[in-house]
Amino acid sequence: MAAGIARAWGWFRGNSLIRTALKPPVYLSLAFLTLGGFVAGVAFWGAFNTALEATNTEQFCVSCHEMEANVFEELKGTIHFTNRSGVRATCPDCHVPHNWTDKIARKMQASKEVWGHIFGSIDTREKFLSMRKHLAEREWERMKANDSLECRNCHSSESMDLTKQNPRAASAHERFLFTSEKTCIDCHKGIAHRLPNMSGVPGWQ
Amino acid sequence: MRRGIFACLVGIVPFLAAGAIFAQDAPRLRGPEPFTKETPAPPMQRQVTNDVRVRRNYPDQPPVIPHSIEGYAVDLNANKCMSCHARKFTQESQAPMISITHYQDRVGNTLGGLAPRRYVCVACHVPQTDAKPLVENIFTDMDALAEPERQPQRGRH
Repeated sequence: MAAGIARAWGWFRGNSLIRTALKPPVYLSLAFLTLGGFVAGVAFWGAFNTALEATNTEQFCVSCHEMEANVFEELKGTIHFTNRSGVRATCPDCHVPHNWTDKIARKMQASKEVWGHIFGSIDTREKFLSMRKHLAEREWERMKANDSLECRNCHSSESMDLTKQNPRAASAHERFLFTSEKTCIDCHKGIAHRLPNMSGVPGWQ
Repeated sequence: MRRGIFACLVGIVPFLAAGAIFAQDAPRLRGPEPFTKETPAPPMQRQVTNDVRVRRNYPDQPPVIPHSIEGYAVDLNANKCMSCHARKFTQESQAPMISITHYQDRVGNTLGGLAPRRYVCVACHVPQTDAKPLVENIFTDMDALAEPERQPQRGRH
């Protein structure tokens, strides 16, 4: 064991690239390296964030026909697309967390979706419909696990005025939402897209 | 001969006049404009969503829906109505259970669940709007005919 570590350390110190990296610079000044490093860091971070935000728009999502022809088309008829006050929830508002760490985690998961696009796992309506239950269940699970965080980014229970709701909605929210017995997605499934076959899903029959 | 033709012409005058008068009285669902002119569609009427159960006009009338059903799925995959009105969910939802007739097939055999012929709720149960009726409703409640002196005035038709 100890011999193994010593050998690895020896290789590490002996590697010419690493030796160069650990030596003090010969030609470049300390000011250039620190300030230049800082500027390069700013530029890199700016570019990274811009690219990240560019992939976080409705326009980017519907640039794949899988999204445009299926889920986006279904969203169009719902209240999250057009409504009396003119506020629209776009794809990332519900499907990407706003918090940075969670957002990066979700973006990494989304690489699977790029794979699916390249290999055409849902490139026809029939394939999409046969996958729909699986896709919906993944999303329900995600939203249940984070206590419907994306819903609550806009619909917070603190700013919900029950007196403005009809009695049926008010009593349901009082009994299930405010007691944390249920979370938004438990009852509000299929509000933005059509539902898969709901047999076996709790609360449906 | 001439007199005969004249008599015929005079004879049809009342019918033509009656036709004209009745045509004006007939309800015009498309408004006063003639059919050759395209008119903008009237605005959608607001639904009654006050959650107050509406009295039935006769005992076997399908009860009307006093809440919004916008976006509710009733298709091959899902039936949103049943998430509250099915027997097993009524305690949670405090909604009225669907009628026991809905658990029977057409010859009266009791089934384990909602009868397929009753699946499409909105075929019989519909939400109401507060639109002004185009034609006056002269429906009279059976009770009002039987015991007119004991009937309170109805609020909403």
